[in-house]
Amino acid sequence: MVQRQMHERKVPMRDGKIIGYVHSTESFGAVDGPGIRFVVFMQGCNMRCQFCHNPDTWRKNVGGEMTTDEILKMALPYRQFWGEKGGITLSGGEIMLQTEFALELFTKCKKLGINTCLDTCGQPFTRRQPWFDNFNELMKVTDILLMDIKHINSDEHRKLTGFRNENILDMCQYLSEIDKPVWIRHVLIPERTDYDNYLAQLGDYIKTLHNVKKVEVLPYHTMGVHKYKEMGIKYDLDGIEPPTPERVKNAEKLLHVADYQGYLE
Amino acid sequence: MKQLEKRVEPKAWEGFNGGNWQSETDIRDFIQQNFKQYNGDESFLEDATPATKALNDRLVALKLEERAAGGVLDADTKVVSTITSHGPGYLDKNLEKIVGLQTDKPMKKALMPYGGIRMAKDALESYGLKLDPEMEHFFTELSKTHNQGVFDAYTPDVKRARHYKIVTGLPDAYGRGRIVGDFPRIALYGIDYLVASKLDDLDNYGDGEMTDSVIQMREEISEQIRALNQIKDMAASYGYDISEPATTAQEAIQWLYFGYLAAIKQQNGAAMSIGRVDTFIDIFVERDIERGILNEKEAQELIDQFTMKLRMVSFIRTPEYNSLFSGNPIWATLSLAGMGIDGEHHVTKTAFRFLNTLKNMGAAPEPNITLLWSQKLPDTFKHYSAEVSVESSTIQYENDDLMRKQWGTDYYAIACCVSAQPVANGIQYFGARANLAKTVLYTINGGKDEIGKAQVGPAYEPISSEYIEYDEFMKKFDSMLDWLADVYVNALNTIHYMHDKYYYESAQLALKDTNLDRTFATGISGLSVAADSISAIKYGHVKVIRDEDGIAVDFKADNDFPRYGNNDDRADEIAVWLVKSLYTKMNKHHLYRGSKLSTSVLTITSNVVYGKNTGTTPDGRQKGDPFAPGANPAYGAEESGALASLLSVAKLPYQYATDGISNTFAVTPTTLGHDEELQKDALVNMINGYMKNNGHHLNINVFKRETLLDAQAHPEEYPTLTIRVSGYCVYFADLTKEQQDDVISRTFHQSM
Repeated sequence: MVQRQMHERKVPMRDGKIIGYVHSTESFGAVDGPGIRFVVFMQGCNMRCQFCHNPDTWRKNVGGEMTTDEILKMALPYRQFWGEKGGITLSGGEIMLQTEFALELFTKCKKLGINTCLDTCGQPFTRRQPWFDNFNELMKVTDILLMDIKHINSDEHRKLTGFRNENILDMCQYLSEIDKPVWIRHVLIPERTDYDNYLAQLGDYIKTLHNVKKVEVLPYHTMGVHKYKEMGIKYDLDGIEPPTPERVKNAEKLLHVADYQGYLE
Repeated sequence: MKQLEKRVEPKAWEGFNGGNWQSETDIRDFIQQNFKQYNGDESFLEDATPATKALNDRLVALKLEERAAGGVLDADTKVVSTITSHGPGYLDKNLEKIVGLQTDKPMKKALMPYGGIRMAKDALESYGLKLDPEMEHFFTELSKTHNQGVFDAYTPDVKRARHYKIVTGLPDAYGRGRIVGDFPRIALYGIDYLVASKLDDLDNYGDGEMTDSVIQMREEISEQIRALNQIKDMAASYGYDISEPATTAQEAIQWLYFGYLAAIKQQNGAAMSIGRVDTFIDIFVERDIERGILNEKEAQELIDQFTMKLRMVSFIRTPEYNSLFSGNPIWATLSLAGMGIDGEHHVTKTAFRFLNTLKNMGAAPEPNITLLWSQKLPDTFKHYSAEVSVESSTIQYENDDLMRKQWGTDYYAIACCVSAQPVANGIQYFGARANLAKTVLYTINGGKDEIGKAQVGPAYEPISSEYIEYDEFMKKFDSMLDWLADVYVNALNTIHYMHDKYYYESAQLALKDTNLDRTFATGISGLSVAADSISAIKYGHVKVIRDEDGIAVDFKADNDFPRYGNNDDRADEIAVWLVKSLYTKMNKHHLYRGSKLSTSVLTITSNVVYGKNTGTTPDGRQKGDPFAPGANPAYGAEESGALASLLSVAKLPYQYATDGISNTFAVTPTTLGHDEELQKDALVNMINGYMKNNGHHLNINVFKRETLLDAQAHPEEYPTLTIRVSGYCVYFADLTKEQQDDVISRTFHQSM
């Protein structure tokens, strides 16, 4: 297949093969897209989300170097668990920082009839060329995306993650235009995202999209906090507790979660 | 098989499609000709009736009262239990649609001395009751029991192996169980026909030479006929004449239940399974519904109340027995669904109704609900069972595609925890298990027991070097395994000879073909520990630390080594080799009554006791620590996730371990998915995937470790919390503290 240069930066290669920087894999992913999935967590992310439970995936160009064939070799023994809907999910870190790798892997997956899912925050998205053409190539071999919208308000988004969200919402818009199925996910964090006005805004925004199969509210949890200590990074959400079940219900109502049943088809 | 003499077709058969079943005893053919597949979902199901609810409330209250009283409310000390020893007993006569208790009162335990009088006496005494002296005198001085027979014949070698627990849990002082009667025969044919059939068999058996086996068989057929007549008498005491076929669904269930009831009045076998009765019952229910004499509510009531009876079965047992099989399981195993050999699934509405009993009457450990899983079962049914699993953790799943092929019939049932058995003509001789982890230690210590320090196995040269040499170990292990196979098979041959002689299962066997295919069951415990230990020796460069007697008491592996449970062939192949190797060695032996060897990798809760009696092993497991249950990888060995673990276990060859390969799996709800639909989906895909890879059996538990910790601290708040352990289901509150800790420490598969 023709490999395109997607960035000005050099595509990492080993012995003439594209490699990806992989943080870890999980053979039994049941919450990372439809069905049971083999999940590849890529290394490297630009965003610095205050609540990120995997800060160890932030650094770029480090981690396990793997070819797409090596990933397939790890994943394929589990194929019989995937059922009709399951398959392979590329997650992160931020997978869209390693689109060449994703394109090659998913192209191979589609040849093998494997369902493909991208779990992304959309931060690298741009309509600039050549990035956009390459993104479109990737979309041709991607069955579904899990889109994390961190915050609906761009200023708040910047405070929470270090980046504004205009291009991320543009990506959502674009995926809706090309009718690519997505699951929207939103982490509910007290004192950050858990405000009725923002939640209602986000709910309204999602209603404008036509490709949403599922909306999930993910309650903030503190299971990754110890990693901050280990890595010597300051944790900005110290003292913030997970949201109460009532607040989770409230968020689900404001995001109209019950209206999105497409994932059951 | 008896040919029916031009018999007038009974009125009871009106509305059924004819077939071979009309000219000879053939329940399978009756099912094939008459059952109706159901492809829909669970929406037709009905709630429990007020009568069922009232009965169930009463039963739950009695069970709690019994638990509070330490396990026994009342027990016979004088009346020996037989099919006809007790008058009728009821929970509430006016409300019960299906009747019949083991004794004359609910919860009252029967006295069953034929397995062994000491066991019966000890059991009573451990609950503060005293065996009647006359009974003790009778069964000690005047009449023999199975237990006494066995010990009269055991060799010193067997006694030593048993005493030092390299072979444990043998059915030499209790009933071997694991015989599934073809109970529907009573409902379809009536007792009189079955008696006539057996009389015919008696007439035709051994017209020639009176050899030992002919004499034995003729005596047994006569015992069977006696049992059939007693079943009829017992039913009559409840006001039912079962000499003729059942005419309605209620009668069909009642008739077949009388057969089962006779079995549990006569035998306190380790497992007393009800078999596979869902499609059979469904045919009668459908006929009644078509005739307009039964509606769905009433149909569910019959299934609920029948199931309630299965929930009530209970035996009084010793604390030693309970430490092996805790929570007093009796394995009233109920097999559901599955496929026909013609490729048609056997899911009926009644399979749904049985699952619905868990919703209507709450979770309970019995009957041990076993879903015979095939890729081709309808999705609606798969999802409904997954839903029940997520809610109650009470279902086990077994690979019907594998078992149907292996056993060559679709009319088999699960005879115990996980073992398949052809219902019409198969019987299994249950044989507990041998401890492979201990065998590894005997190899290193030259046949000396690492805890008792006695010479138990043959005094082969021990391993004396500082580091264990793999080749030397394997050569010596091979010889030790030969000895284990010898002593184990010798013990079992003795046991089954005596069981037939002193504690023959005439009620169950009266409801099977006279000519049987017999399976000689054996079992393996400590498989994962043995496999990891051998892997350590092969890859880990293991140093031995010995005590002052030269016995290896500790080990140190210099290098990492692969462990069974990570889908790594280096370790998994050792486990496979162990199963094949022990099987092959045992198969060289004479096996009682021409039976065919089978083995299992299945421990029930005895993994705790086996571990307790086994010293520190080369894989790093410490002295006394529990083994993993059944075929599960060792605790903490699984580092590659849930599916890798499943793939490792699926590699164990079912063709060798036809008695079953038990895998107990625990997963947290949120790992399965963020909502109920996704959780069900994930579970269905997981089971499908495991079975596609030839996995045999899967216990599924869906809960959090925190729930169990809380239930341990506050048992009163979780009176009916049930969990699945290796091959059965148990109230968490009925486990010993040790076993609770063991369950809590097991691997919970979870992701963030």
